[in-house]
Amino acid sequence: MLRLEKLVKTYKTGDQALKAVDLVVPEGQVLALIGPSGAGKSTLIRCINRLVEPTSGKVHLGEVDLTSLSTAALRRQRSRMGMIFQEYALVERLTVMENVLSGRLGYVGFWRSFLRKFPQSDIDEAFRLLDRVGMAHMSDKRADELSGGQRQRVGICRALIQNPALLLVDEPTASLDPKTSRQIMRLICELCKERGLAAIINIHDVALAQMFVQRVIGLRFGAVEFDGLPEELTPDVLTTIYGEEDWEATIENVNDEDGAKE
Amino acid sequence: MPVKDLNDQKIWRRRTSRESLMHWVIWLIGVAIFAYCWQKISASTTWFFVWDAPRIADDIWTRATPPKWSYITQLGKPIWDTLNIATLGTIFALIAAVPVAFLAARNTTPSRLVIRPIALLIIVSTRSINSLIWALLLIAIIGPGVFAGVMAIAIRSIGFCAKLLYEAIEEIDETQVEAITATGASRWQIMAYGIVPQVLPAFAGIAVFRWDINIRESTVLGLVGAGGIGLQLSSSLNVLAWPQVSLILLVILAAVIISEWVSAKVRGAII
Repeated sequence: MLRLEKLVKTYKTGDQALKAVDLVVPEGQVLALIGPSGAGKSTLIRCINRLVEPTSGKVHLGEVDLTSLSTAALRRQRSRMGMIFQEYALVERLTVMENVLSGRLGYVGFWRSFLRKFPQSDIDEAFRLLDRVGMAHMSDKRADELSGGQRQRVGICRALIQNPALLLVDEPTASLDPKTSRQIMRLICELCKERGLAAIINIHDVALAQMFVQRVIGLRFGAVEFDGLPEELTPDVLTTIYGEEDWEATIENVNDEDGAKE
Repeated sequence: MPVKDLNDQKIWRRRTSRESLMHWVIWLIGVAIFAYCWQKISASTTWFFVWDAPRIADDIWTRATPPKWSYITQLGKPIWDTLNIATLGTIFALIAAVPVAFLAARNTTPSRLVIRPIALLIIVSTRSINSLIWALLLIAIIGPGVFAGVMAIAIRSIGFCAKLLYEAIEEIDETQVEAITATGASRWQIMAYGIVPQVLPAFAGIAVFRWDINIRESTVLGLVGAGGIGLQLSSSLNVLAWPQVSLILLVILAAVIISEWVSAKVRGAII
């Protein structure tokens, strides 16, 4: 469904963030992207929806080649890709409802969105999603009144109301406490399953990734070092991705009952 | 070396000897320049007038008190004009400043090489000329009266408002803009959802702040004939009607205090 071909990104400073990355994500697959800071995880995700312009290579979403699109066509394709951010990236001074509805901007004209006259079907869907993530009673609050976990739930709603084919998730749990992190990861993965969504999740927490995803990609210096099942992440593999360290404590047994609690 | 080794004891000083010598020399030069300037100014001052000043001030004070309270009936219209000059001038300035600010901000300008310098030029040129001078120019062009005052205030304020606003635009949180971009929003939608909510508090603060300043500035515009209470002030001064002058100064003081109070209230409500 998503296919990256020899994707290269070289920044103006000369740093090569991505070195010819090839990757295929089939329909409905949730995959985690792990790797040390600066390995190019964020760049990879942003090259897919062209928030960062790739230097060369191709990105295919379904049949569409995203890298060759004009601005208008790119906007249409962006609305097929929901994005979830590390620091939530909600518009702080807008209400929860406005933030969720901003996910529909790709489908609504300027004046309708400016005057907040969204179609009733969008509003129904927004309430349904807020209810699904347990935030229905908060719809009138301003985003800056929410806690981290609540904000990320709103962020998830904003991504899903786009009715996307693919979710791009950039460090969804990096600013959250361990328990909220799990809840958020579980929520994202459950929603992907419900809707048959594919997702790429950048994540620092290897154990958390193992707990929830079907496939793990390890990135190091802008190149794919590992591509396999979560169970295959052995200390040796982690050493090739991150470098020498004692990994025994980091890797969790995938069947750890801890993950099934809460 | 600020650290000296003396019998196994490390002695730390803020500066090396060389540095402290330099400091003394610089201070010495500074004091010398100050003394020289003092002497120059003193030599070209007519000290008779200075020694005379308290007596003259006392004389004016006795002439100016008590204020001529009955004159207040003639000040209602001019002070109303003054308020209108300040308010309309601020509104016109804001209307012009918003697009200029968006063109000048690094993260929203359509072209850094062509349009941004033009916007910055507008900001610098309108800001660098005092509103009194703008008023003189505009009176020559459009004739004396309130309208010249409004335009003088407006032009003078464009640069001020645009500068503060474009700095606010440059300081916004880019991830919020990124998030709105990622939804497939158009350029204008990104502006309305990603940028405007973030700069709105700054905008309101700037507007009230400038309005407050403009009330003070518009009180003197009448001195050059651009309408408002300054007109009364200048004619009273010309005929040495000191009781009227003192009343006008009191009215101006009251207007400024009220505007301070209003702007403090509004700012408190926004933030």
